Amino acid sequence: MDRDCTNELAGQARDATARSAPLRIVGGDTKGFLGRPGAGEPLEVASHRGVLRHDPAELVITARAGTPLAEIEACLAAHGQRLAFEPPHFGVGATLGGTVACGLAGPARAWSGPLRDYVLGVRLLTGDGRVLRFGGEVMKNVAGYDVSRLLAGSFGVLGVLLDVSLKVLPRPPGERTLALELDESAALDRLADLARGALPLSAGSWADGRLFLRFDGSEATLDDVTRRVGGEVLAGSNGFWASLREQTHPFFAGSAALWRCTVPSQAPPLPLGSAPLVEWNGLQRWHRCDAAAPVFAVAAAAGGHATLFRHAPPGAEVFAALDAPLLRLHRQLKHVFDPAAILNPGHMYAEL
Amino acid sequence: MLLSPEACAPFECDALTAHRRRPEVVVLPRSAEQVMEILRACRRHSTPVVARGAGTGLSGGALPVEGGVLLVLARLDRILEVDPMRRLARVQPGVTNLEISIAAAPHGLYYAPDPSSQVACTIGGNVAENSGGVHCLKHGLTTHNLLELRVATIEGEWLTLGSPTGEAPGLPLIALLTGSEGMLGVVVEVTVRLKPSPERVELLMAAFDDVRRCADAVGRIIASGIVPAGLEMMDAPAIRAAEAFARCGYPPTAEALLLCELDGFAHDVESELRAAESLLLACGATAVRVAADAAERLRMWSGRKSAFPAVGRLAPDYFCMDGTIPRRSLADVLEGIARLSREAKLPVANVFHAGDGNLHPLILFDAGRPGEVERADRLGAEILELCVAAGGTVTGEHGVGVEKLGPMCSQFGPDELEAFHAVKRAFDPEGLLNPGKAVPTLARCADYGAMRVHGGKLPFSHLPRF
Repeated sequence: MDRDCTNELAGQARDATARSAPLRIVGGDTKGFLGRPGAGEPLEVASHRGVLRHDPAELVITARAGTPLAEIEACLAAHGQRLAFEPPHFGVGATLGGTVACGLAGPARAWSGPLRDYVLGVRLLTGDGRVLRFGGEVMKNVAGYDVSRLLAGSFGVLGVLLDVSLKVLPRPPGERTLALELDESAALDRLADLARGALPLSAGSWADGRLFLRFDGSEATLDDVTRRVGGEVLAGSNGFWASLREQTHPFFAGSAALWRCTVPSQAPPLPLGSAPLVEWNGLQRWHRCDAAAPVFAVAAAAGGHATLFRHAPPGAEVFAALDAPLLRLHRQLKHVFDPAAILNPGHMYAEL
Repeated sequence: MLLSPEACAPFECDALTAHRRRPEVVVLPRSAEQVMEILRACRRHSTPVVARGAGTGLSGGALPVEGGVLLVLARLDRILEVDPMRRLARVQPGVTNLEISIAAAPHGLYYAPDPSSQVACTIGGNVAENSGGVHCLKHGLTTHNLLELRVATIEGEWLTLGSPTGEAPGLPLIALLTGSEGMLGVVVEVTVRLKPSPERVELLMAAFDDVRRCADAVGRIIASGIVPAGLEMMDAPAIRAAEAFARCGYPPTAEALLLCELDGFAHDVESELRAAESLLLACGATAVRVAADAAERLRMWSGRKSAFPAVGRLAPDYFCMDGTIPRRSLADVLEGIARLSREAKLPVANVFHAGDGNLHPLILFDAGRPGEVERADRLGAEILELCVAAGGTVTGEHGVGVEKLGPMCSQFGPDELEAFHAVKRAFDPEGLLNPGKAVPTLARCADYGAMRVHGGKLPFSHLPRF
């Protein structure tokens, strides 16, 4: 089943560049709802798969981009390790490449940092069929510009990820989730209090009128934390956190537009007329409101930005606008890696 | 603004003192707006400009350009904001690394990356070099601890990259700028992430009578599920030099020494400490000692932290290398370095960030003896070749600057190098910002290759590859 499809993929890219024919990069097709609608012939990356290297003592895994995320996670779990940023799958076929290209992180994000913090190196196929290597498999590497981290969340507009090396971490000895009955404002205040301390808080969310706090550590640590924080120990907490990560929680049901706002964690509740689902200790807030609502402006006024994450109407901008100098740099960088602009054109921004 | 040759002289080099160039003019702006005016003037006159912080860089990244402007950012030295609620600090680029932690300390917070020059080096320089330190494995490099950068471009425009939340729309250009050695823009404001000071810190010292056993213990600790805050290794020459210099209680007969720092929540540190202790003994450590208190911990660290100057007393000159390799190759590469050292007849001491696989071989030589500089240079290049052959990199944290332009040719092919040059042109079409640094020209690599195949032999055909 493992296969190296570099040559086929490079051939397709060269051919598409020669014809100026746009390509839509597809892995497991689990995150196609994200971004502006893709156009062009599909470039299938899912058959380019297989874990290439995982030595537990290195805290690194290297795999082809089409490798199912589930296979990566199983490989790590067998050695007591994991991807610290807890990536969402959004479907059974999720691949490593799609995960990195979308740059998404799960409930642990406020503790773990973003996905790009874990990218160590890539092999990249450019729009015109060049195969380039950036970074590597070591923890520290400052040789050359850090192109590999630039690709985390690049939505395929710069190139096709072929292989990716990620830093991995050991699983914590234990986890415990505490639930406290609080309204949104009180929950945000409580999260702010916790932010001042050094408790091993690995996730903090507010949903259904309750604040959920997940802590990592040994039994003794978790008992200590429980005494200090209070609340009720949540049974079956893995299912709860998975329902946030995979958006299977009832909050995410229905076809109303789903907005993702990232704002300073202590920002007061956003005036969007609906109760949010709060994640990342207050930093990420999901809202269900009309696609035409002024959410970009509200999030910007709160010191953050918004993304129209799901159920965008046709033609809507889904990512917050970039100012002119920044957008121009995006276009110039795209030209470096994709001179004919055939890779996922318009997927991130109309001009890109 | 400094114009006279005498006034400009102190700025001729950074900490790579072997390379010196006299800038045409040294400017010391006090505000971001002045920085922008200077860049616009340089663009108007097509004049090269090199940004510099405290000049502590080890690879010549801030070496001036003759006839160019040296833009010294040390006077932009204000801490603009420390926000304990959002756990961040917003500072100007000339603020030193340590000043940030000092300002954050009253809130129980600190800035994690701690390069050895942290008393003097500036945060702007740290961003330019993506600086590391002894706590990177657990707490990250500079790139992992940045939230937002405000950048002036040579095109005369302002960029805000990243955001105080750590999430921003578009491509993560903040990651591209970090470690770009002043080639893409000039950072005028930096927002860093602060971390809560750990509840408990413990330090273990393990002595070994064999380098290979010590090196293998590094991988065993990490594979066991412990992520030490710091994991430092020293070989016999470094141990003896540090002990003679700092009287820090290192066992003088040991062949290798491991310092393992654990931090975090008290109970977790306690259980990791016990696990690490028995693991080190199981790996063949001849003695394991846990620092009894903070004073002993500082004393045990003092030897490691003074190791470079201590080793520096063993010879008139030394070169400090900076290759990083996969941890599994530590023992083999250290043996390879020992063999190359014997062949070159130049001693090498090793003191390094073992947890990151980041080697710092110190090549000892006497520049006064004819031919020794060249032999030391060649030995350094061979050591970096060894690192690349082991799947590593020619620079883990010191940067390429001018020092490692040659070795870059062994790590990257022409396609990658050309892509780097194209990235540079996207930001700086005329090539005015820090020209000639960080990325070698293809012509230079052709020369480097030609030098290497001298006598019809393949590059380093005598080296075993593993």
